Amino acid sequence: MAEKYQLKSKEVWDGNTAASHALRQAQVDVVAAYPITPSTPIVQNYASFLANGYVDGEFVMVESEHSAMSACVGAAAAGGRVATATSSQGYALMVEVLYQASGMRLPIVMTVVNRALASPLNIHGDHGDLYLGRDAGWIHLIANNPQEAYDMTLCAFRIAEDERVRLPVTTNQDGFLVSHTAQVVEPLDDDTAYKFIGDYKPLNPMLDIKNPQTYGAQTEEEWHFEFKATQHKALMESPAVIDEVFAAFEKLTGRKYNRVESYKLDDAEIALVVMGSAYETSMVAVDKAREEGIKVGLIMPRSFRPFPYNEIAEKLKNIKAIAALDRSCPMGAMGALYNEVAGALAANGESAIMTNYIYGLGGRDTTIEHILEVIKETNENAKAGKRVTDLQGFINLRGPKLSFN
Amino acid sequence: MLQIRWHSRAGQGAVTGAKALADVMARTGKYVQAYSVYGAEKRGAPMSAYDKIDDKPILDHSKWMIPNYVLVIDPSLVFQEEIVDNTNDDTVFIVTTHMDKDDLLDIAKHLQGKKVYTIDAIKISQEEIGRAIPNTPMLGAFVKISEIIDFDEFLTSIKDILSKFPQKIIDGNIKAIKRAYEEVK
Repeated sequence: MAEKYQLKSKEVWDGNTAASHALRQAQVDVVAAYPITPSTPIVQNYASFLANGYVDGEFVMVESEHSAMSACVGAAAAGGRVATATSSQGYALMVEVLYQASGMRLPIVMTVVNRALASPLNIHGDHGDLYLGRDAGWIHLIANNPQEAYDMTLCAFRIAEDERVRLPVTTNQDGFLVSHTAQVVEPLDDDTAYKFIGDYKPLNPMLDIKNPQTYGAQTEEEWHFEFKATQHKALMESPAVIDEVFAAFEKLTGRKYNRVESYKLDDAEIALVVMGSAYETSMVAVDKAREEGIKVGLIMPRSFRPFPYNEIAEKLKNIKAIAALDRSCPMGAMGALYNEVAGALAANGESAIMTNYIYGLGGRDTTIEHILEVIKETNENAKAGKRVTDLQGFINLRGPKLSFN
Repeated sequence: MLQIRWHSRAGQGAVTGAKALADVMARTGKYVQAYSVYGAEKRGAPMSAYDKIDDKPILDHSKWMIPNYVLVIDPSLVFQEEIVDNTNDDTVFIVTTHMDKDDLLDIAKHLQGKKVYTIDAIKISQEEIGRAIPNTPMLGAFVKISEIIDFDEFLTSIKDILSKFPQKIIDGNIKAIKRAYEEVK
C-alpha cells in the first residue's frame, strides 16, 4: 500500500512538481514514459515517488515517446488507470498514437509542458506542440500557473474517466514560465485528492477474458465515418461533464474554473483572446490600460478542445474590436485562436473587428508593456470603427517590422 | 514587489538558492515566484535566476524585471557588464569576491557608483560545506543586507528546507550562512 505523502497546506512548487504530485495522488495503475529530454521533470519526480514507496502502480520506462503512448494504449485497453507526461519533440513523436488512443476511447491523462518544436532546436516554451495535437481527438485543458497545473490534472482524470466521456485528456502548462517557475500551491491531502478523482471504473477491459473485446479494429468506408462521428460527438458533448467536474472541484477547494475564463469583460469595449501564462500577464496589462481609460477585457478558452465557441461568442457579443494572440507560428494562415474566435463570432452573427498577434515563440519574453501596446492598437481599431492596424502582427520580434494584411 | 536577480554558473546552485528564498518567504505569508533563464548549455555556463516577492498573487509571467537586488555568486561573473543590465540607482549588488571592494571596483568599472556589498561566498562554502556551492552563504549575506526577514526565523525555515539532506550537509550550510551574515561588507 502506497505511503501517504505529508504535504503542507501551502507548498512552493513549480508546475512540474505540481503535476507530478497530482499524478501520484491519482494512484495511477500504469505510467509509461520516456525518462530523459525532451521529457520533463514530471517523469523524474514520479519515478522518485515510486522508488520511495509513494506509488503502488507500475512505471514503465520506454525507449521513445511513440512507445510511451503505445504502452499507455495497451495498459488502458487492458483496464487500468493510465497516465504519462511529455513535451515538444516527444509530443511530436507521440502524435500517431495520440489518434489511436482517442479513437479507442481510452481515458489516458497526459501532463504536457508546452515547448517549441524544432527546427531550429529550442528548449523553451510555446504552444507549437499543443497546436500539433489539436485535432487528435483529445480534450485539451489549459493551466496558467503551478496551482492550475495541479488542479487541472486532478480534474483531468475525473473528466476522462466519466462514462459519458471516456476520452483522453491533456493538461497543458507553459514551458519554463509555469513548468520551472516555483509559486505558492495549495495542494489537497492525499486522501481528499484521491476521493475527488474516485476509483477507476474499467469499461470493456481486455483483461476481462470472459467478455472478449476488440480494440483498434479495421473499419473501411462502411463504418469508419460512423466511428469518427461518434468520437466527435463525445467530444462535443463533454462540456456538460467538464462543467460538472469544475463545479465539484469548486465545492471541494473554493477554486472556480470555467471552460471560458474572462477578466473585466462586462463593460469592455475591446478584448484580447490569450491562452496560457500570458493570460495572467495580460491581467496586469488590462489593469494598467483601464487606469488610462481604455475599457479592455480578457477571454481564454480553458478547454482548447472542445472549443467553447458559443460561450465565447456570447461573452464577446458587445465587443467592438478583438485581438487574438497565438503562441505558435501558424505557417501560412492566421493563428488558431484567431480562426476559432472569428468562426465563433460569424456563427453567431457578430462582427467585431479582429486582428491576430503571434508572440512568445521559443520562449521570447512577452512583457506587460508588450501587451499594453496590443491593447492600444486594438483600441485604435475600436475608435475608428474599422481595422486600421495590421491583420497579423508579431510581438517583440527583432528586425524589420513584419506584418500581413 | 521585491525583485531579485541571481547571476551564476550552471551548477553553482542559483536555481536552488532562488527557490529556497521563495520557500522561506512564502512561509511568512508572502506570494512568490522563483524561476531561471538558461539555454541547453551544461554545467559552467553563465545563467540567471530570479525571485519575485509580493503581498498579493504574482500574475506577471514575463522574465523581464528591474531588480531591487542583484546577487552574483560566481566571482568571474562580477566582471561581466551584463550584471548591471536593467538596474537603477537604487539596485543593491551583493557580489562574491576574494578582493577588497576598492580593488574590485578599479577593475569592474561598471559597478562604480553602484551600491555594492562583497562577500567571499566561494571560500566560505569551500571551508564550511566542503564544496564551492556559494548559494546558501549568499542567502545569509542577502538577509543581512536586505533585512527582509528576522535572521532566526530565516534559519528555522532554511533548516526545514534542507532537512532532506544528511545532518553534516545541513550543519555546514547553516555555518556558511551564519558566517556570510557576519562577514558581508
